[in-house]
Amino acid sequence: MEFSQSQAIYLQIADFVCEKILLKEWPPEERIPSVRELAVQLEVNPNTVMRTFEFLQQKEIIFNQRGIGFFVGPQAVNHATQYRLETFMDRDLPQVFRSMWLLGMNPEDLNKPFEKYKKQNFNR
Amino acid sequence: MVTIRDLHFAYRRRMVFSGLSLDLTPGHIYGLLGRNGTGKSTLLRSIGGFLFPRQGDIDVLGYTPGKRQPDFLQRIFLLPEELFLPPLPVRRWVRVQAAFYPRFSQEQFNKLAAGFSLPLDGRLDEMSYGQQKKVLICFALATNADLLLMDEPTNGLDIVSKSQFRKVMAGAVDANNCIVISTHQVKDLENLIDRVTIIDEGRILFDQTIDAISRTLLFRLSYDPKEAAAAIYSESSFRGNALILPNSTGEENAPDLEMLYKAVMLRGEQLNLLFK
Repeated sequence: MEFSQSQAIYLQIADFVCEKILLKEWPPEERIPSVRELAVQLEVNPNTVMRTFEFLQQKEIIFNQRGIGFFVGPQAVNHATQYRLETFMDRDLPQVFRSMWLLGMNPEDLNKPFEKYKKQNFNR
Repeated sequence: MVTIRDLHFAYRRRMVFSGLSLDLTPGHIYGLLGRNGTGKSTLLRSIGGFLFPRQGDIDVLGYTPGKRQPDFLQRIFLLPEELFLPPLPVRRWVRVQAAFYPRFSQEQFNKLAAGFSLPLDGRLDEMSYGQQKKVLICFALATNADLLLMDEPTNGLDIVSKSQFRKVMAGAVDANNCIVISTHQVKDLENLIDRVTIIDEGRILFDQTIDAISRTLLFRLSYDPKEAAAAIYSESSFRGNALILPNSTGEENAPDLEMLYKAVMLRGEQLNLLFK
């Protein structure tokens, strides 16, 4: 995984986990990789992954079954969508808006490219 | 796990430490940074019992390292930067060395070596520096030492091996052990270490967790000249000015350790004040 500068690593890992959940690669009620497994995969300190998991537990996206591991929460898709929506609006959109403003674009100009993107990437 | 109080050390007349104090606790990977010749290796060797302090106390796991008691030595491992390995077949060397470490696991060693695609049939003296280093990294981890001291472990490793190194280190730290890595290659280990200790001129110049750094300092790129003026440290880049600012919102961000290092070298005192 390529980490970008600026955002705290534990939040970038939270995004990674949310993505897995939203793409249904990690379905509700199923066990997710352990702190150690994810730390090894992403080449980060396990304490950082632990922080991610604590954060996602608070958001009710994952839950802990003592002695067994972490699982995707029953309402994970809703909660993950809600969380990602907030970060998208607060963090990503202002940057897009800035570029749009610089380029003299309007929101309508995005309709066509967005349709094309969905077709190309998600077949919808 | 490690307590150092008022450490004084000198090589003949050249003073290295004059009153250094440091605490290392289990469950962490410490990154030890500093200019060449500031005493990073000397510090690791003092903790490992290879050098003796002139004055001051070092306590590691309840032992005094300089006494070199076997019970102490079998619980720590120091990976030196320069390797002096005997002309022995790898397997034989491992067997001989393993005798000193009761918690050594051959199975673990084989697994680690396979992870690095390390050939074990050759002789140590016929291996490249990078390969030798990998043998020692695998051995170090397989000793299951409580304290692992690593001096520039990524030097000599190729790109794939560096990535593998990060993976094995991420898997090696647990609540009971402690890993200290001295390095110049901060980028290699940026997301691995959770505490940064910078030494300069024989003392600790900066010692903070990554969490505290990301809450206290703000690393950002900016085109705003006003922001640049308020920065503690700034360098120009083609994407605007790279700045370190006081983090007034407390919103956590990912520190750029190379920049932090340069900032500490230039404005250590000013930076440290922000952490009070």
